Amino acid sequence: MRRIGGVLRELSGLFVDDGRFALSIVVWIGVVWLLLPRLGLGPAWEGVVLFTGLAAILLESAWRQAG
Amino acid sequence: MLVGGWAQAGPSMLAAFLASLVEGVEALTVVLAVGSVRGWRGALSGGAAALVVLLAVVAVLGRALTLIPLDLIQAGVGGLLLLFGLRWLRKAVLRAAKIIPLHAEDAVFARETEALGRAGGLGAGPWGDWLGFATSFQATMLEGTEVVFIVVAIGAGKNGLLVPASLGAVGAVIAVIILGVAIRRPLSAVPENALKLLVGCLLSAFGTFWVGEGIGARWPGGDWAIGGLIVGFLAVASIAVRLCRARVPLCERASGSVSP
Repeated sequence: MRRIGGVLRELSGLFVDDGRFALSIVVWIGVVWLLLPRLGLGPAWEGVVLFTGLAAILLESAWRQAG
Repeated sequence: MLVGGWAQAGPSMLAAFLASLVEGVEALTVVLAVGSVRGWRGALSGGAAALVVLLAVVAVLGRALTLIPLDLIQAGVGGLLLLFGLRWLRKAVLRAAKIIPLHAEDAVFARETEALGRAGGLGAGPWGDWLGFATSFQATMLEGTEVVFIVVAIGAGKNGLLVPASLGAVGAVIAVIILGVAIRRPLSAVPENALKLLVGCLLSAFGTFWVGEGIGARWPGGDWAIGGLIVGFLAVASIAVRLCRARVPLCERASGSVSP
Protein backbone atom coordinates (compact mmCIF):
# COMPACT_ATOMS: atom_id res chain seq x y z
CA MET A 1 0.00 0.00 0.00
CA ARG A 2 2.82 2.37 0.91
CA ARG A 3 4.47 1.70 -2.46
CA ILE A 4 1.21 2.42 -4.33
CA GLY A 5 0.81 5.63 -2.31
CA GLY A 6 4.34 6.62 -3.28
CA VAL A 7 3.66 6.01 -6.98
CA LEU A 8 0.42 8.05 -6.79
CA ARG A 9 2.27 10.90 -5.06
CA GLU A 10 4.92 10.83 -7.81
CA LEU A 11 2.22 10.94 -10.48
CA SER A 12 0.25 13.77 -8.87
CA GLY A 13 3.53 15.62 -8.35
CA LEU A 14 3.89 15.79 -12.15
CA PHE A 15 0.94 18.18 -12.26
CA VAL A 16 0.70 19.83 -8.85
CA ASP A 17 3.45 21.23 -6.64
CA ASP A 18 1.63 24.39 -5.55
CA GLY A 19 -2.03 23.62 -4.80
CA ARG A 20 -3.25 27.22 -5.15
CA PHE A 21 -1.53 27.58 -8.54
CA ALA A 22 -3.02 24.32 -9.87
CA LEU A 23 -6.49 25.12 -8.50
CA SER A 24 -6.42 28.58 -10.10
CA ILE A 25 -5.66 27.02 -13.51
CA VAL A 26 -8.49 24.49 -13.18
CA VAL A 27 -10.96 27.15 -12.00
CA TRP A 28 -9.99 29.49 -14.85
CA ILE A 29 -10.51 26.72 -17.45
CA GLY A 30 -13.94 26.11 -15.89
CA VAL A 31 -14.80 29.83 -16.00
CA VAL A 32 -13.82 30.15 -19.67
CA TRP A 33 -15.66 26.93 -20.57
CA LEU A 34 -18.91 27.46 -18.64
CA LEU A 35 -19.34 31.20 -18.08
CA LEU A 36 -17.75 32.94 -21.04
CA PRO A 37 -20.18 31.62 -23.70
CA ARG A 38 -23.05 33.17 -21.66
CA LEU A 39 -21.45 36.62 -21.94
CA GLY A 40 -21.84 36.47 -25.73
CA LEU A 41 -18.22 37.40 -26.51
CA GLY A 42 -18.00 34.90 -29.37
CA PRO A 43 -15.70 31.88 -29.74
CA ALA A 44 -12.89 33.96 -31.29
CA TRP A 45 -12.41 35.77 -27.97
CA GLU A 46 -12.51 32.69 -25.73
CA GLY A 47 -8.97 31.61 -26.65
CA VAL A 48 -7.58 35.10 -26.04
CA VAL A 49 -9.33 35.33 -22.66
CA LEU A 50 -8.12 31.81 -21.75
CA PHE A 51 -4.48 32.76 -22.46
CA THR A 52 -4.74 36.13 -20.70
CA GLY A 53 -6.08 34.54 -17.51
CA LEU A 54 -3.39 31.82 -17.52
CA ALA A 55 -0.69 34.46 -18.01
CA ALA A 56 -2.07 36.43 -15.05
CA ILE A 57 -2.15 33.27 -12.88
CA LEU A 58 1.50 32.51 -13.74
CA LEU A 59 2.60 36.08 -12.98
CA GLU A 60 0.70 36.17 -9.67
CA SER A 61 2.05 32.80 -8.54
CA ALA A 62 5.68 33.67 -9.35
CA TRP A 63 5.28 37.10 -7.70
CA ARG A 64 3.78 35.50 -4.57
CA GLN A 65 6.56 32.88 -4.38
CA ALA A 66 9.21 35.60 -4.69
CA GLY A 67 7.72 37.60 -1.81
CA MET B 1 2.97 14.63 -45.42
CA LEU B 2 2.29 15.04 -41.73
CA VAL B 3 -1.41 14.99 -40.97
CA GLY B 4 -1.25 17.79 -38.42
CA GLY B 5 0.84 19.99 -40.72
CA TRP B 6 4.11 21.63 -39.74
CA ALA B 7 2.32 24.30 -37.65
CA GLN B 8 1.71 21.56 -35.06
CA ALA B 9 4.19 18.82 -36.02
CA GLY B 10 7.23 21.12 -35.80
CA PRO B 11 6.56 22.49 -32.28
CA SER B 12 5.41 19.05 -31.05
CA MET B 13 8.65 17.43 -32.24
CA LEU B 14 10.70 20.29 -30.76
CA ALA B 15 8.86 20.13 -27.41
CA ALA B 16 9.33 16.34 -27.15
CA PHE B 17 13.00 16.64 -28.19
CA LEU B 18 13.89 19.37 -25.69
CA ALA B 19 11.90 17.86 -22.81
CA SER B 20 13.50 14.46 -23.44
CA LEU B 21 16.93 16.10 -23.65
CA VAL B 22 16.47 17.72 -20.22
CA GLU B 23 15.12 14.56 -18.59
CA GLY B 24 17.69 12.39 -20.40
CA VAL B 25 20.55 14.51 -19.04
CA GLU B 26 19.16 14.07 -15.49
CA ALA B 27 18.79 10.28 -15.90
CA LEU B 28 22.25 10.04 -17.48
CA THR B 29 23.82 11.67 -14.40
CA VAL B 30 22.49 8.88 -12.15
CA VAL B 31 23.36 6.11 -14.66
CA LEU B 32 26.93 7.47 -14.87
CA ALA B 33 27.18 7.59 -11.07
CA VAL B 34 25.91 4.00 -10.84
CA GLY B 35 28.29 2.82 -13.56
CA SER B 36 31.36 4.41 -12.00
CA VAL B 37 30.67 2.96 -8.52
CA ARG B 38 28.67 -0.28 -9.00
CA GLY B 39 29.82 -1.36 -12.47
CA TRP B 40 28.58 -0.62 -15.98
CA ARG B 41 26.66 -3.85 -16.57
CA GLY B 42 24.03 -3.15 -13.91
CA ALA B 43 23.88 0.57 -14.77
CA LEU B 44 23.35 0.07 -18.51
CA SER B 45 20.97 -2.88 -18.22
CA GLY B 46 18.84 -0.99 -15.65
CA GLY B 47 18.60 2.05 -17.92
CA ALA B 48 17.88 -0.10 -20.99
CA ALA B 49 15.15 -2.08 -19.17
CA ALA B 50 13.43 1.17 -18.14
CA LEU B 51 13.57 2.47 -21.73
CA VAL B 52 11.86 -0.71 -22.98
CA VAL B 53 9.08 -0.33 -20.36
CA LEU B 54 8.62 3.36 -21.25
CA LEU B 55 8.40 2.62 -25.00
CA ALA B 56 5.75 -0.02 -24.31
CA VAL B 57 3.74 2.48 -22.23
CA VAL B 58 3.86 5.05 -25.07
CA ALA B 59 2.70 2.44 -27.60
CA VAL B 60 -0.20 1.20 -25.42
CA LEU B 61 -1.37 4.62 -24.16
CA GLY B 62 -0.97 6.28 -27.55
CA ARG B 63 -3.17 3.63 -29.21
CA ALA B 64 -5.73 3.62 -26.37
CA LEU B 65 -6.23 7.39 -26.53
CA THR B 66 -7.15 7.24 -30.22
CA LEU B 67 -10.35 5.39 -29.18
CA ILE B 68 -11.69 8.41 -27.21
CA PRO B 69 -13.49 11.31 -28.99
CA LEU B 70 -10.99 14.04 -29.95
CA ASP B 71 -12.74 17.00 -28.26
CA LEU B 72 -12.80 15.10 -24.94
CA ILE B 73 -9.11 14.24 -25.33
CA GLN B 74 -8.23 17.82 -26.19
CA ALA B 75 -10.03 19.25 -23.15
CA GLY B 76 -8.83 16.53 -20.72
CA VAL B 77 -5.26 16.00 -21.93
CA GLY B 78 -4.96 19.72 -22.74
CA GLY B 79 -5.91 20.53 -19.12
CA LEU B 80 -3.30 18.10 -17.79
CA LEU B 81 -0.73 19.46 -20.25
CA LEU B 82 -1.50 22.97 -18.99
CA LEU B 83 -1.02 21.94 -15.34
CA PHE B 84 2.20 20.14 -16.28
CA GLY B 85 3.59 22.82 -18.61
CA LEU B 86 2.76 25.81 -16.40
CA ARG B 87 4.29 23.98 -13.41
CA TRP B 88 7.53 23.55 -15.41
CA LEU B 89 7.38 27.16 -16.57
CA ARG B 90 6.76 28.52 -13.06
CA LYS B 91 9.67 26.51 -11.64
CA ALA B 92 11.98 27.60 -14.49
CA VAL B 93 10.98 31.25 -13.89
CA LEU B 94 11.71 30.95 -10.15
CA ARG B 95 15.07 29.30 -10.90
CA ALA B 96 15.99 31.93 -13.50
CA ALA B 97 15.16 34.64 -10.92
CA LYS B 98 17.23 32.70 -8.32
CA ILE B 99 14.24 32.34 -5.99
CA ILE B 100 14.90 28.58 -5.85
CA PRO B 101 18.29 26.93 -6.51
CA LEU B 102 19.29 25.61 -9.92
CA HIS B 103 19.53 21.87 -10.62
CA ALA B 104 23.30 21.19 -10.76
CA GLU B 105 24.30 17.90 -12.45
CA ASP B 106 27.81 17.88 -10.95
CA ALA B 107 26.37 18.10 -7.41
CA VAL B 108 23.81 15.35 -8.13
CA PHE B 109 26.60 13.14 -9.52
CA ALA B 110 28.76 13.67 -6.42
CA ARG B 111 25.83 12.97 -4.07
CA GLU B 112 24.77 9.80 -5.92
CA THR B 113 28.34 8.51 -6.17
CA GLU B 114 28.88 8.94 -2.43
CA ALA B 115 25.56 7.29 -1.51
CA LEU B 116 26.14 4.32 -3.84
CA GLY B 117 29.69 3.87 -2.53
CA ARG B 118 28.44 3.72 1.07
CA ALA B 119 25.60 1.29 0.29
CA GLY B 120 26.16 -2.40 0.89
CA GLY B 121 25.83 -5.04 -1.80
CA LEU B 122 22.61 -6.80 -2.80
CA GLY B 123 24.54 -9.40 -4.76
CA ALA B 124 24.88 -9.82 -8.48
CA GLY B 125 22.46 -11.31 -10.98
CA PRO B 126 22.48 -11.98 -14.72
CA TRP B 127 22.04 -8.21 -15.30
CA GLY B 128 25.02 -7.24 -13.14
CA ASP B 129 24.98 -5.66 -9.66
CA TRP B 130 21.36 -5.60 -8.39
CA LEU B 131 21.63 -2.28 -6.54
CA GLY B 132 23.16 -0.69 -9.64
CA PHE B 133 20.44 -2.18 -11.84
CA ALA B 134 17.64 -1.03 -9.51
CA THR B 135 19.02 2.51 -9.05
CA SER B 136 19.58 2.98 -12.78
CA PHE B 137 16.13 1.53 -13.60
CA GLN B 138 14.38 3.77 -11.06
CA ALA B 139 16.15 6.96 -12.16
CA THR B 140 15.41 6.31 -15.85
CA MET B 141 11.77 5.43 -15.07
CA LEU B 142 11.30 8.56 -12.93
CA GLU B 143 12.69 10.95 -15.54
CA GLY B 144 11.16 8.96 -18.40
CA THR B 145 7.63 9.12 -16.96
CA GLU B 146 7.57 12.86 -17.63
CA VAL B 147 8.77 12.26 -21.19
CA VAL B 148 6.09 9.59 -21.73
CA PHE B 149 3.40 11.98 -20.52
CA ILE B 150 4.65 14.75 -22.82
CA VAL B 151 4.86 12.47 -25.88
CA VAL B 152 1.45 10.87 -25.25
CA ALA B 153 -0.26 14.17 -24.36
CA ILE B 154 1.13 15.97 -27.41
CA GLY B 155 0.45 12.96 -29.63
CA ALA B 156 -3.15 12.62 -28.41
CA GLY B 157 -4.16 16.21 -29.19
CA LYS B 158 -4.46 15.67 -32.94
CA ASN B 159 -4.24 12.72 -35.32
CA GLY B 160 -0.74 12.20 -36.68
CA LEU B 161 1.17 14.02 -33.92
CA LEU B 162 2.26 10.91 -31.97
CA VAL B 163 4.86 10.07 -34.63
CA PRO B 164 6.69 13.47 -34.68
CA ALA B 165 6.52 13.68 -30.87
CA SER B 166 7.96 10.15 -30.54
CA LEU B 167 10.66 10.91 -33.12
CA GLY B 168 11.63 14.02 -31.15
CA ALA B 169 11.91 12.02 -27.91
CA VAL B 170 13.87 9.15 -29.54
CA GLY B 171 16.22 11.67 -31.17
CA ALA B 172 16.96 13.24 -27.79
CA VAL B 173 17.56 9.86 -26.13
CA ILE B 174 20.03 8.92 -28.91
CA ALA B 175 21.77 12.32 -28.55
CA VAL B 176 22.09 11.89 -24.77
CA ILE B 177 23.43 8.31 -25.13
CA ILE B 178 26.03 9.42 -27.72
CA LEU B 179 27.10 12.36 -25.53
CA GLY B 180 27.22 10.14 -22.45
CA VAL B 181 29.39 7.52 -24.15
CA ALA B 182 31.68 10.23 -25.59
CA ILE B 183 32.08 12.36 -22.45
CA ARG B 184 31.44 9.87 -19.60
CA ARG B 185 30.78 12.79 -17.27
CA PRO B 186 27.57 14.57 -16.21
CA LEU B 187 26.46 16.99 -18.93
CA SER B 188 26.66 20.01 -16.64
CA ALA B 189 27.31 22.39 -19.54
CA VAL B 190 23.77 21.88 -20.87
CA PRO B 191 21.76 25.07 -20.10
CA GLU B 192 19.10 23.02 -18.33
CA ASN B 193 16.98 25.81 -16.92
CA ALA B 194 16.84 27.76 -20.18
CA LEU B 195 15.68 24.56 -21.91
CA LYS B 196 13.09 23.93 -19.18
CA LEU B 197 11.75 27.46 -19.59
CA LEU B 198 11.42 26.97 -23.36
CA VAL B 199 9.79 23.53 -22.93
CA GLY B 200 7.41 24.99 -20.34
CA CYS B 201 6.36 27.65 -22.89
CA LEU B 202 5.89 25.03 -25.64
CA LEU B 203 3.82 22.70 -23.43
CA SER B 204 1.74 25.56 -22.01
CA ALA B 205 1.05 26.75 -25.56
CA PHE B 206 -0.09 23.27 -26.66
CA GLY B 207 -2.18 22.88 -23.50
CA THR B 208 -3.87 26.27 -23.98
CA PHE B 209 -4.53 25.57 -27.66
CA TRP B 210 -6.09 22.16 -27.04
CA VAL B 211 -8.16 23.24 -24.06
CA GLY B 212 -9.43 26.07 -26.27
CA GLU B 213 -10.27 23.66 -29.11
CA GLY B 214 -11.83 21.20 -26.66
CA ILE B 215 -14.22 23.82 -25.21
CA GLY B 216 -15.18 25.15 -28.65
CA ALA B 217 -13.06 28.31 -28.88
CA ARG B 218 -11.95 29.46 -32.34
CA TRP B 219 -8.29 30.43 -32.61
CA PRO B 220 -7.26 33.32 -34.89
CA GLY B 221 -4.99 31.83 -37.58
CA GLY B 222 -6.06 28.24 -36.85
CA ASP B 223 -3.13 25.92 -36.05
CA TRP B 224 -0.66 28.78 -36.46
CA ALA B 225 -2.04 30.26 -33.21
CA ILE B 226 0.24 27.77 -31.43
CA GLY B 227 3.23 29.85 -32.57
CA GLY B 228 1.59 33.00 -31.20
CA LEU B 229 0.88 31.27 -27.88
CA ILE B 230 4.54 30.12 -27.63
CA VAL B 231 5.71 33.71 -28.17
CA GLY B 232 3.06 34.93 -25.69
CA PHE B 233 4.19 32.55 -22.93
CA LEU B 234 7.86 33.43 -23.61
CA ALA B 235 6.99 37.10 -23.14
CA VAL B 236 5.04 36.41 -19.94
CA ALA B 237 7.90 34.25 -18.56
CA SER B 238 10.40 37.00 -19.35
CA ILE B 239 8.24 39.57 -17.51
CA ALA B 240 7.81 37.15 -14.57
CA VAL B 241 11.59 36.65 -14.23
CA ARG B 242 12.15 40.44 -14.19
CA LEU B 243 9.36 41.01 -11.66
CA CYS B 244 10.70 38.29 -9.33
CA ARG B 245 14.28 39.57 -9.60
CA ALA B 246 13.11 43.07 -8.79
CA ARG B 247 11.20 41.82 -5.75
CA VAL B 248 14.04 39.85 -4.13
CA PRO B 249 17.19 41.71 -3.05
CA LEU B 250 20.45 40.43 -4.61
CA CYS B 251 21.82 39.19 -1.26
CA GLU B 252 18.75 37.01 -0.64
CA ARG B 253 18.80 35.16 -3.96
CA ALA B 254 19.49 31.41 -4.01
CA SER B 255 22.97 30.40 -5.11
CA GLY B 256 23.53 27.56 -7.62
CA SER B 257 22.88 24.27 -5.85
CA VAL B 258 20.83 21.13 -6.13
CA SER B 259 17.08 21.12 -6.20
CA PRO B 260 14.88 18.33 -7.54
